[in-house]
Amino acid sequence: MNGGPIVSIRDLSFAYSESGPEVLRDLSLDIGAGTICALLGPNGSGKTTLLNLILGWLRPLAGRIELDGRAGPALTRREMSRVLGFVPQEEPSGFELSVLEYVLLGRAPYLGFLETPGAEDRRAADAALEAAGIRKLRGRLLPTLSAGEKQLASLARVLAQDPLIFLLDEPMSHLDLANTQRICWTIESLRDKGKTVVFTTHDPNIASASADTVVLLLKGKVVAAGPVRTTLNAANIKTTYGVDAEIIEGNGRPVILTRLRKR
Amino acid sequence: MDGEDKKEKRPGRRLWAIAAAVLVCLVLSALIGRYPKPFLTPLSALTDNEMARSLIVHLRLPRILMAFLLGAVLSAAGAVFQMIFRNPLVDSGFLGVSQGAAFGAALGFVYLGGTALGVQASAAVFAFLGLAASYFIARRIRWGDWVFRLVLAGISIAALYSAGTGVLKYLADPHKQLPDITFWMLGGLWSVTWPDLWQVLPVAALGLAIMLLMRWRLNLLSMRDETAFSLGLAPGRERLVLLAAAVAATAVLVSKAGQVTWVGLIVPHIARRLVGSDAQRMLPASMLIGGIFVLICDDLARAALSGEIPLGILTSFFGTAVFIALLSARKLRLKS
Repeated sequence: MNGGPIVSIRDLSFAYSESGPEVLRDLSLDIGAGTICALLGPNGSGKTTLLNLILGWLRPLAGRIELDGRAGPALTRREMSRVLGFVPQEEPSGFELSVLEYVLLGRAPYLGFLETPGAEDRRAADAALEAAGIRKLRGRLLPTLSAGEKQLASLARVLAQDPLIFLLDEPMSHLDLANTQRICWTIESLRDKGKTVVFTTHDPNIASASADTVVLLLKGKVVAAGPVRTTLNAANIKTTYGVDAEIIEGNGRPVILTRLRKR
Repeated sequence: MDGEDKKEKRPGRRLWAIAAAVLVCLVLSALIGRYPKPFLTPLSALTDNEMARSLIVHLRLPRILMAFLLGAVLSAAGAVFQMIFRNPLVDSGFLGVSQGAAFGAALGFVYLGGTALGVQASAAVFAFLGLAASYFIARRIRWGDWVFRLVLAGISIAALYSAGTGVLKYLADPHKQLPDITFWMLGGLWSVTWPDLWQVLPVAALGLAIMLLMRWRLNLLSMRDETAFSLGLAPGRERLVLLAAAVAATAVLVSKAGQVTWVGLIVPHIARRLVGSDAQRMLPASMLIGGIFVLICDDLARAALSGEIPLGILTSFFGTAVFIALLSARKLRLKS
């Protein structure tokens, strides 16, 4: 883990309309540079909204977000796109771009307004496909991919973008065990290169196994935030999800066991 | 790897083949007509027959170029609309533009004396007003995402214009104005001369140039807004630039040619089948194929019968036939 926070959030509030309910309330949070941070919380707790606010796509109602000590709006859109990369939960695939053509879109931050991708961008896209383990899919058309393959293609796109901070919304929701492992390992090697990864997940065990720090969100507020080991305890799980859990240790990390049968 | 490279180069080669087909069609079209004899003008007439030569230079050439330009603009605009709205079933008629042009033309026939200039200017102005009205209404809708709001606003403006056109038809003099309106709506290029071409060329060329230059960004704009934003785009602003370019080019051509339908809808689909969906190649391919399609339809319009067949009828007829064929072959496309 590296030094100071790269994302610093202070007293953040947000609502989707002026009269609507606040989705996030007085939220303060630091995310350390070169760490993997998992955002956990039940449905509707504000995880995706928080990612969109960090991205700058949504504007806060109150409070501020600083990236690397600077307020987000101080950077131009183009500069921002080299700092922050984003993968939404789902991408439309109505038009039949090939996986390679789709991954090449990640090179937009490095191209002039009217420029089209060149040889160097193709190399970067190929390297990204390799890293995501989907080289063999490069010629396939997006609508023909399975949900899991689409997630890997989206990961490859943001790898080709090569930002400082990766914002991934549910990157493992459709993946099988092998591909979950692949994404976790890819995220880890990004961290080892000094990148910061923030991802949302519904699964506390995935967060525990892959992240350095976790943030537990409930109704737009932070329940607890900190290192995985100390934060993922039975009390915090109970507060966040309203579920009794037993915590055991596996591979030096907490494993959250919940009773999924009534008896 | 070699096989992969070969496969990737195929669409590029197809684009060149389409460009070559354009040249062949342009030359052949100059030789197709009803004078000195029906269908093909013999090459000897170019040297022996002063009248035939003059006819080709002064009447056929401007009309051929206008037909090609019309097809290129309608198809490029259709491709832009489909990608921006992430919907393969829209074209530039979508934001009240065609209906605006029709209303403007009807207004020109009924209240502006029915002169060519009055009708064309009025059609172009109301086409653009259609886009502007759709845009401002979309901004006032407070729910749904941007694309959905524009679609909703566009549908209502189109319906409003259609109602207005109905009123104008009802008020029109049934012996002169009503047939004029009806014939304009069927579309055609029979009156096109060189000055007509020069009038539309600047706006049409500018619109086409903007669409062509921004073609790779169209791929980005067909993604989710958040994704486009995260890749450094200002999606709202860039869409507006592309829409304005597409509508301006369409409006000036529709003002000359009347309602020529189905071109903008089907041609981008044909282009996708041939060169793939990446707008880098799909957009130029759409322009060229659209040009060929309208050119061939217009050749038939002026040469198939001794009288003129309205162009809009032919594009609709062949357009729908191709469209149905494409729809039923949809599964095939996914395998390519």
